Amino acid sequence: MAVAARGDRAAAMTQLVLFNLFNGLIIGAFYALMALGLSLILNLSGVINFAHGGFLAIGAYLAFAMMPYTGFWWALLLAPVLTAVIGLIVERVLIRRLYGRDPLYSLLLTFGLAFIFEDGLRYIWGPSTVPFATPDWLSASLSGQFFFLTGYRLFMVVLVVVAVVALFVILNRTRLGIRIRAGTLDLETVSVLGVNVRILRNLNFGLGAFLAGLAGVLAAGMLGLQPTIGSTLIMPSFVAIIIGGLGSLPGTLLGGLLIGAASGVVTVFFPSASEAVIYVMMGLVLLVRPRGLLGEEGRF
Amino acid sequence: MGVSGKRAADVAVWVLLLTMPYWLNWVGGYTALGSRVLVLALAAMSLNFLLGFTGVLSFGHAAYFGLGVYGVGLTIKYLVPNTLIGMAVGVLVGGAAAVVIGALIVRLRGVYFAMVTIAFGQVFYFIAFRWNVVTGGDDGLSGWRRVPIDLGFTTIDILGNDKAFYYLAFICFAGAIAIMAALLRSPFGRTLLAIRENERRARFLGIPVEFHIWLSWVISCVFVSLAGTLYALLNNFADPHDLRWDQSGDFVIMAVLGGMRSFWGPLIGAAIFVVLQDYVSSETQNWMSFIGLFFVLVVLFFPRGVLGLMQRRTAA
Repeated sequence: MAVAARGDRAAAMTQLVLFNLFNGLIIGAFYALMALGLSLILNLSGVINFAHGGFLAIGAYLAFAMMPYTGFWWALLLAPVLTAVIGLIVERVLIRRLYGRDPLYSLLLTFGLAFIFEDGLRYIWGPSTVPFATPDWLSASLSGQFFFLTGYRLFMVVLVVVAVVALFVILNRTRLGIRIRAGTLDLETVSVLGVNVRILRNLNFGLGAFLAGLAGVLAAGMLGLQPTIGSTLIMPSFVAIIIGGLGSLPGTLLGGLLIGAASGVVTVFFPSASEAVIYVMMGLVLLVRPRGLLGEEGRF
Repeated sequence: MGVSGKRAADVAVWVLLLTMPYWLNWVGGYTALGSRVLVLALAAMSLNFLLGFTGVLSFGHAAYFGLGVYGVGLTIKYLVPNTLIGMAVGVLVGGAAAVVIGALIVRLRGVYFAMVTIAFGQVFYFIAFRWNVVTGGDDGLSGWRRVPIDLGFTTIDILGNDKAFYYLAFICFAGAIAIMAALLRSPFGRTLLAIRENERRARFLGIPVEFHIWLSWVISCVFVSLAGTLYALLNNFADPHDLRWDQSGDFVIMAVLGGMRSFWGPLIGAAIFVVLQDYVSSETQNWMSFIGLFFVLVVLFFPRGVLGLMQRRTAA
């Protein structure tokens, strides 16, 4: 009897750990998606975009506002596109003026923008959580034993994978992507070779905002939607970039998944440390490898 | 501005601060507001020691400010009801954290440094936020108050007398500012300026750049912690938001607004910021939008700050 009970408990524990690990990986995928956008902008333009969480929240609320008219699928597609358009405009009107100046200024400007975005969303949609409905067939559980494998979670994993693969294809195969990568290495030379750097940076910022908007729609379906969703997700995204290594997009992806998994597992054993653990990880990584896991020596 | 002009300005600043509780009511303020200006000015000037005079961008100084806040609050609430011991604990805790974290990050530069300081700041926020039993979590640490200072022969009632507390804050401010000014005039301070102007050249001259930046970081964080302890005593309360990244942003904008290349700049920035905050948050619910817009406008139209602008005027 006692042995069977212990066996049951062990099985339950395994399931609990698996559940939280899986959950953590999904959250990590958001972090990664958001951090990839941040990284793109940081690498090419040297701007720490504090307003990135604001773009994420804007994407989510746009989807929420559209959904009654367009349904979930069109909202999922259109909201990130609209977020990207807003990103293009913001870059064109505000951020472009600060290139080449002390990074302090772009940091302060986007910091202010983050406040304006969050407060604006609160003004329009109120401070409390709004009901963000996902399609019914996606909410059902797929497996009796692994109850946590709902269709929506699996769907999100698939979508994040698709988005990340698409991003890397764009960066490696298309003319725009190759120019972005070249620009992160040596913008001046790219400019001399006849590429319009202003447009390049603008599109790059839009691409980053698109990723934030996409992450926002997905996160809203899982975490619930409220104006602070952006400011709660942006700090872990910074940590993801630092752990992965500044300047390395695969590193950012890895960093996001790592901290997601770590905070998921820690939630099982020591719930109140689930946020702090990622900063401890960051400290350890900086101690051993100041450039981050996949960061290159001498870039930053 | 010549040397004598500078000296006159210094004297004017000290006289204004020393007499502030006696003229502030005439211009529509109150003594606690003056204390707030003084305390936040100390924080912004300490940050500027690193930002303006060493050229290192920290966006995470709220962590050390907040450690001061919680250090003094927790000590008075749980350990000893003694204001000065509480302050000492707050400064020690903040300084110790700065020593360790500084050693981890001192090799990083520019945006990388800024990002890591932001991220590290959040650890302490989450600890204060989550450790409900001890810190009060999101509600903050209440149920304690600053304690009158007993000097043996007499007792200074900083609790009941706002002016007495102002002068406690003033003494701390004056001490910290005098030390930082003396450091900046010393060969050490000149070395920091050399690093700010051209790090590579400083390195070629044989200056241990990392060590100097680390020292500057620790000095800056220690004085920010001191400001944090005073802030907690002023409010009789420790708020987890004192530890958060928005607080760090407030310090940076104070320094920039006043002029980060001038010694007194952050004081002016802090004064403008505090007065605006006091006025606007009583007029509107949308303080966040307002402060956000304020950040954007300062960056776009006022990047050199008040004193930077004045210096350019007088030079031209």
